[in-house]
Amino acid sequence: MRIVAAHALRESLRRRVFAVVLVLSIVFLALYAWGTAELFADVESWDDNEFGVEPDVLAGATVLGLATFAILFLGAVLATFLTLHAVRGDADRGLLQPLVVRPLGRTAYLGGRLLAAATVSAAYSVALFGACVVVTGVIGWWPDRVVEPALGLAGAAVVIAALALLGSVVLGTTANGIAVFMVFGAGLTAGLLGQIGESLNSDTLTDIGEIATWVLPFEALYQDGLAGLTADVTGTTSLVVNLGPFGGANEGGALLWPFAAAYVAATFAAAAGLFKRRDL
Amino acid sequence: MAPALEIDGLAKRYRGGVEALGGVSLTVDRGQLVGLLGPNGAGKSTLVKICCGLVQPTEGTATIAGAPAGSKEALSQLGYLAELFRFPGWARADEVLELHQRLTGSEGGVGERDELLQLVGLADARDRRVEAMSKGMQQRLGIAQALVNSPPLLLLDEPTSALDPVGRRVVRELLVELRRRGQSVLLNSHLLSEVELVCDHVAIVDHGRVVAAGTPAELTRPRGVEVETADGVRVFDGAGRDDAPRIVAELVAAGEQVFEVRLLRSTLEDVYVEAVT
Repeated sequence: MRIVAAHALRESLRRRVFAVVLVLSIVFLALYAWGTAELFADVESWDDNEFGVEPDVLAGATVLGLATFAILFLGAVLATFLTLHAVRGDADRGLLQPLVVRPLGRTAYLGGRLLAAATVSAAYSVALFGACVVVTGVIGWWPDRVVEPALGLAGAAVVIAALALLGSVVLGTTANGIAVFMVFGAGLTAGLLGQIGESLNSDTLTDIGEIATWVLPFEALYQDGLAGLTADVTGTTSLVVNLGPFGGANEGGALLWPFAAAYVAATFAAAAGLFKRRDL
Repeated sequence: MAPALEIDGLAKRYRGGVEALGGVSLTVDRGQLVGLLGPNGAGKSTLVKICCGLVQPTEGTATIAGAPAGSKEALSQLGYLAELFRFPGWARADEVLELHQRLTGSEGGVGERDELLQLVGLADARDRRVEAMSKGMQQRLGIAQALVNSPPLLLLDEPTSALDPVGRRVVRELLVELRRRGQSVLLNSHLLSEVELVCDHVAIVDHGRVVAAGTPAELTRPRGVEVETADGVRVFDGAGRDDAPRIVAELVAAGEQVFEVRLLRSTLEDVYVEAVT
């Protein structure tokens, strides 16, 4: 399994995937730092407002919430593109056959691909989130929690990598890419639906949102992390943050991580089961 | 000791009812070089893919040195060159072989890689990326890859399809060398002359069934005796090797001058065409 993972990582390195990601991430961070600095300068005049809203908390939570969302997306892109062609795509191109006739076993092959994609995309999400936290903190606001959001983003990337790997067993590269991003969009939409339900006190919408986020737990992990950014914020500021586009996130509770781990294991087992029976 | 490859009643029906194999039985003994011939769509590639675990059979069994095809024990015994394969374009020839050394647990190191590249005529392309190689070079690298860790059985699916005549000759000599070393080979090829020249045993497959099998000598048969005399070339249809001395004696007794006598045999191509049409 480690041999396949190392091969997949080497491929990403040699195809300059990491170089492209690094350059674009630096551009992203520069734009983020610029935007955040401008925002904090703009809200500085809100000090001592009559509503008791803390402008630095509102600005910091909103902009770091946006960054968290962007990192979720970028982590998903990386996880998907590292796995979407792992089986059918590579088999169609003739790359897979020379590898799986070796005595490593198909499950170990899949495990190696998941290990590589999950490690890279999770590490990338954590690193970029850490950089955004530092940028936001240096400019004017430090979030209440750092570890939970970072782990949430990493976990979300692993879930997406597992789903893309499963998709790669049954779908060709293009179809799998489309399917994974539609599933990703569905998860995000479900999360937003839940937030709207909470804001408007609609139990049905909240239930639909919650169920959907558990069916697609990358969204639940993301929301859990997002909630951690402003976990200790109270009063009017908390109310305003929650009404914002990156507020109102639900904490996942104690069962979220065991459920997510079981979900990834079940997704991998399904992929391995289907791959085992697949003619190449 | 179990044969290198034993196929018994192998059948494969794909979805939609397409029958690729309809009950094929075949044995490759240790150190034997067996050629698999047949037209496009005859089921040859499916047969080879089942043997290396890429395709699941609908019925029948295939065992490699006694181990079920596709099992780790079986896979550790074989080297495979697919008909349609590709190595990552970014990888260098040496890296491709190194990866397969790791996958097979070979401890041959640089020495084995150099020897294999030398064997297939790629010694000068050690550090060349696959994407910078011609199709023929990639095919030769594919053969080298199949030879990593000296597997007792080689399954080669059209190994010379992209090679020029010199390259084909190199591969033919390589196959003979492998047999000398005691390695078994199942060679799937369209090139009848290639199979006729090197194989100990030939199986002709058509519509998923073995329609003819035997040694090249068994499959081909006497077609007559051709004698060149002062009056020109005369053919004695149906005559065999044993008839040649008598024919020559009769011609000489009749006052004719005999310059050359040739035994005519049907070629493997004749047998092939007869079997599949």
